[in-house]
Amino acid sequence: MNVLAYLIPISLVLGAVGLIAFVYTVRSNQYDDPEGDSRRILSKDWDDHPKP
Amino acid sequence: MSNARSVPAGCPGCVAMPKDVEPAPAEARLALSLPTIHCQGCISRVEKALAAHPGVRDARVNLTLKRALVDAAPNMQAADLIPVLEAEGFEAHELDTGALQATTTDKAGRDLLMRLAVAGFASMNVMLLSVSVWSGASDATRDMFHWISAAITLPAIAFSAQPFFRNAWAALSVRKLNMDVPIVLAIVLALITSLWETALSGHHAYFDAALVLTFFLLAGRYLDHRTRAIARSAAEELTALEVPRALRLEEGREVERPISDLRVGDLIRVRPGARMPVDGEIAEGRSELDRSLLTGETLPVFAEPGQTVSAGEVNLTGPLTIRATAVGEDTSLHRMADLVAVAESGRARYTPLADAAAKLYAPGVHILSALSFLGWYLWSGDLRVSLNIAAAVLIITCPCALGLAVPAVTTAASGRLFKKGLLIKHPTALERMAQVDTVVFDKTGTLTTGQPDLTNLGDHPRRDLEVALALAESSAHPLSRALSRAAGEAGIKPARVTDIREVPGFGTEGRFHGETVRLGRAAWVGAPQGAETSAFLRIGSEAPRAFTFTDTLRPGAAETVSGLLERGLKVELVSGDAPLAVERLARELGIPDWIAEAPPEEKAAHIQALSGAGRHVLMVGDGLNDTAALAAAHVSISPASALDAARVASDVVLLGQDLAPIPSAVATAQSATRRIRENFQIATLYNIIAVPLAVAGLATPLIAALAMSTSSVTVSLNALRLKGG
Repeated sequence: MNVLAYLIPISLVLGAVGLIAFVYTVRSNQYDDPEGDSRRILSKDWDDHPKP
Repeated sequence: MSNARSVPAGCPGCVAMPKDVEPAPAEARLALSLPTIHCQGCISRVEKALAAHPGVRDARVNLTLKRALVDAAPNMQAADLIPVLEAEGFEAHELDTGALQATTTDKAGRDLLMRLAVAGFASMNVMLLSVSVWSGASDATRDMFHWISAAITLPAIAFSAQPFFRNAWAALSVRKLNMDVPIVLAIVLALITSLWETALSGHHAYFDAALVLTFFLLAGRYLDHRTRAIARSAAEELTALEVPRALRLEEGREVERPISDLRVGDLIRVRPGARMPVDGEIAEGRSELDRSLLTGETLPVFAEPGQTVSAGEVNLTGPLTIRATAVGEDTSLHRMADLVAVAESGRARYTPLADAAAKLYAPGVHILSALSFLGWYLWSGDLRVSLNIAAAVLIITCPCALGLAVPAVTTAASGRLFKKGLLIKHPTALERMAQVDTVVFDKTGTLTTGQPDLTNLGDHPRRDLEVALALAESSAHPLSRALSRAAGEAGIKPARVTDIREVPGFGTEGRFHGETVRLGRAAWVGAPQGAETSAFLRIGSEAPRAFTFTDTLRPGAAETVSGLLERGLKVELVSGDAPLAVERLARELGIPDWIAEAPPEEKAAHIQALSGAGRHVLMVGDGLNDTAALAAAHVSISPASALDAARVASDVVLLGQDLAPIPSAVATAQSATRRIRENFQIATLYNIIAVPLAVAGLATPLIAALAMSTSSVTVSLNALRLKGG
């Protein structure tokens, strides 16, 4: 049962990481234009250089 | 690329260099509506074209909202960018950024999304621990799992369930029960009994149930919010499309001012083709006015100094100077919109299905839970057991399915209708639309586009047509434009007419083979005034010739009327226009009942008479003369081209030109209401099975979680079955 001492904190940390990532995406307006974003991946505009 | 921006700290020259030499002035933020964009190619082309325009700093397209946001130099105007996009082949309209402000960041939606996320992540973790308990963790391990669950659940609920706490408190403080009261009671009771059980190292804790309950209910709330937010932002966009500006004469010069700056007594210049921004009196100029949006009459009205004009009328031929007599909120346009607010309160009396269900449900579960607590306490005398069972009853009956039943269906239905070009503005509009048995149409601007079409091209000799075309081509009057369009399509070339000049308010005059030729109003040309919309041509001293016009049908009008008649609905036509024109349109579309020359009060009275006779009326109209009728009807639709007041009064806005989505909207509404009823049945059925288990004390947390999730998922899946006819 000692393994629980690792597994429980790990699962909690992973959950927290997921939550923080989600909060970050909400804060940075990533859900404002779902339709546009799904099509922008087809664009070649910034393939070779990341957007400055 | 990125190297160019980062300054190496070791370089002494760079450190001394000022970072940005530009003074960075305040930027102009412009918003453009782009109704025709639909794909990745469009996004790239629009963004490239805008970015290439001097003065534009950044441009970003939002495909979901079909909008482009531009950061530009401060003196940049949206009018400079529209031709750029039109050259690329995109239709573009300026949006009033002031009116859009509210939707740029959807704070309430974000708030709900955060709470939903916290409830979701917390319930996943707690569920993980619960599964271990259900699969046999015992003694110290079980207690530890329960304590960890409690440590996650309590803060998570404190954050996530706030909307329910607030709503329940608001209802209780005015001594009422709503759906949120049993929800809050269930959550709180579940937490208290679970903590108590955990402290006494009991077997069952309901932490996961409380979280999953919060999660599903928040999901329902969020869906509901999304649907309304989309409708609200689209409705706001329609308002923002009309940028309210007017030309005020200041010391003899025309200055463009926002309408809110205008005062009574100001002199305002209205150019041909523009709408009157205020109520006023004509001080200078002669022209013709298009009053179709206000009164429904299609024939332009002659305008001369001294005549009063109302906001919303369109100036047709000559420039007018008007002296404002009422501005802003005092204009007849706004007074009409205020009348609507009074009529709207009538709509609030309609009880949505969800409220009807909640009214039965909320007291029911409380009584049931109290009874099972009492029963168990009397029978066993054990407070802990009876409280546990009362909590289980509350959790299991808790309205996850009920909370999802309506939002899931309305989201699916309004999404489907939005794709077809219908915007559902009012939360109960779908339910009301499902009950419709009578449809009343307005004529001008609704079944017809309000644009005239020449009807008797073949009746005239070629020479007359050529002369008429020459005169018509030099005028922007809608009848002239219709004439030149029809003649152009028939391959007629304009005659050689010289000295052409437009006489505002009367018509166009010129010289042809030494004779004076005139195209215009009956009295000016010397012809008798007919009942039909017509323009008259006179060549020299010959007898005047009449060109008659009729309204063009709106696309889909014929299909819409026949589609509604096929469904067995009663269709009527009520118009403010002349009887002849109304009768002809009614006959053409096969509408059996029609009323002509109806003033606004009569329209509304007619609708009320129909409602009084027990009919559920759907009113479709666009003008100011329809607003009272729109508000009086059981449910109402107006096209996007309608006046703001009419759009405010209606429950549904038709975004495109085509009327065809109306019959299918009725079908979708009926099928949506059917799904909502089915969802309530599913929820009831599941309660019939689960409640006896809970009352008998057989409901373990596992059973509660299973039953709750199954019913929620079934209800959501049922909503996806929705078909639009």
